Amino acid sequence: MMVSGLFEKAVYRLAGDTGFLVEFGEGIAPAINARVRAMTRALENKKPQGVREIIPTYRSILVIYDPGKTCPDTLFPVIEQLETSLKTLEPERARRVEIPVCYGGDFGPDMENVQKAHDLTSDQVIQLHSHPEYLIYMVGFTPGFPFLGGLDKRLFTPRLETPRMLVPEGSVGIANNQTGMYPIASPGGWQLIGRTPLKLFAPDRTAPFLYKAGDRIKFIPISEQQFSRIARQEEDR
Amino acid sequence: MTALKICAPGGFTTVQDRGRFGFQQMGVPVSGALDLSAFRLANLLVGNDDTCAGLEITVMGPKIEILKEMDIALTGAKMAMTLNDQPVEQWTSIRVRPKDILTISMVQQGCRAYLAVSGGIKVPRIMGSYATYVGGKIGGFMGRPLQQGDILETHDAALLKTPRLLPPEDIPEYPAQALIRVLWGPQDHYFDVDPPPLLGTPYMVTTKADRMGYRLQGSAVPIKKNMPKSIVSEPAMPGSIQIPPDGQPIILLVEQTVGGYAKIATVISTDLPRVAQTTPGDRVQFEKIDLESAHRLHREETQNFRRLKNLFG
Repeated sequence: MMVSGLFEKAVYRLAGDTGFLVEFGEGIAPAINARVRAMTRALENKKPQGVREIIPTYRSILVIYDPGKTCPDTLFPVIEQLETSLKTLEPERARRVEIPVCYGGDFGPDMENVQKAHDLTSDQVIQLHSHPEYLIYMVGFTPGFPFLGGLDKRLFTPRLETPRMLVPEGSVGIANNQTGMYPIASPGGWQLIGRTPLKLFAPDRTAPFLYKAGDRIKFIPISEQQFSRIARQEEDR
Repeated sequence: MTALKICAPGGFTTVQDRGRFGFQQMGVPVSGALDLSAFRLANLLVGNDDTCAGLEITVMGPKIEILKEMDIALTGAKMAMTLNDQPVEQWTSIRVRPKDILTISMVQQGCRAYLAVSGGIKVPRIMGSYATYVGGKIGGFMGRPLQQGDILETHDAALLKTPRLLPPEDIPEYPAQALIRVLWGPQDHYFDVDPPPLLGTPYMVTTKADRMGYRLQGSAVPIKKNMPKSIVSEPAMPGSIQIPPDGQPIILLVEQTVGGYAKIATVISTDLPRVAQTTPGDRVQFEKIDLESAHRLHREETQNFRRLKNLFG
């Protein structure tokens, strides 16, 4: 089947003398991102000499290399070769990561905005938001910030007119057709509907992150009591 | 062992190393010294290897009480420096002893100086690096710029048998008009490149210039009429020249991972130090080169560093 925006063959774009982008399509679509995931895995397995980092994005991969060890003339043919074998690659088993979220109240100061915009009750918003499994297209902006796909159309809500100076760590929000969470406190204009007690970015732990691009996120509604209990456990870890 | 007491922190002083690698796919920027060339030379001059951490000093230098005998060296931006009120030189190793007072003054040329100390600054290694990522409040000394009263430790290391002095002809100049070489891409197809924008008259460095990025001011770079004003957000290399809707270029640096505007060109890796050494009001003139030339310059820099390393045995 033809997917709109998917390139027949990957397009290569130089990003300076130590990196390049391998682009698989034009927009945001699961089929384009699936190609990104498959190539990311193929490259991680192949580990071409001189490649320092492989960074998957919505629709491309940023490859960072050491110009003392390799160059695009060497790497492009390797990637082209890998591309021809992507279809035979076994599909990735998506990992599902459950994120407990306490919706509304002090943790979701913009819950009423979202309810009013769509004439929904708080329970309906929670149901619509916690029902899907969201695909993590990409992680970035701040450490562990997931760009998620799959928000229900009935929850699309524009950003706040005036962004907050400081969005608390763990906040879960909506901006237009996107939903996501803030792993570290930072300025932001998303409509906040809840908060997770989990530490989404724990630099001191051996595994600082709970998920990566390609995983799926499922939000699990919890009570304030459960929030406090999990938050305490996280502190003790 | 405690080694340095910060009596006055200066303009913006952070603990940095070569950078934090391997976590950009999780949104953790590389951070690290902005002028890697000057940073490496500072380490070389005190006999450290490349992985040691030092201080990045911005515009105004700190006042430091020395708590331990060691060798130090200051490279990068030109800043007058005194040891117990006596002037001392940059680009050379200096033996310091407990109770010495090191004072580094206002910048005279360039923007960022690098202070290396024997053994390197000892701070917890976070995700493989000592570098401070100020925006994420991680790494370096408590994830923040240094403050008055901070006491820093260093790793134990042997002192130099003979002082090390960089040959004068190897000391870089940091002119107020910097030539910055770029490669087109990754999104040069968003712009009319004939005649090429960006390469004409120089751009001025504005006051919005920090480790995240440098906002420039000059002739606007317009996006092609049929192209969207933004791109699907994607990670950006340090040195990417992003063009927001007002057409004024922003050079993205080491504390930024994802950007949503088209990037017409990317500063070559060996010229990033030149960007790092410009200050608000300075001018940058862009020149386009090709990938082969950029890689040749990269090789030459590696060879040059090896030559200097051999000089000191």
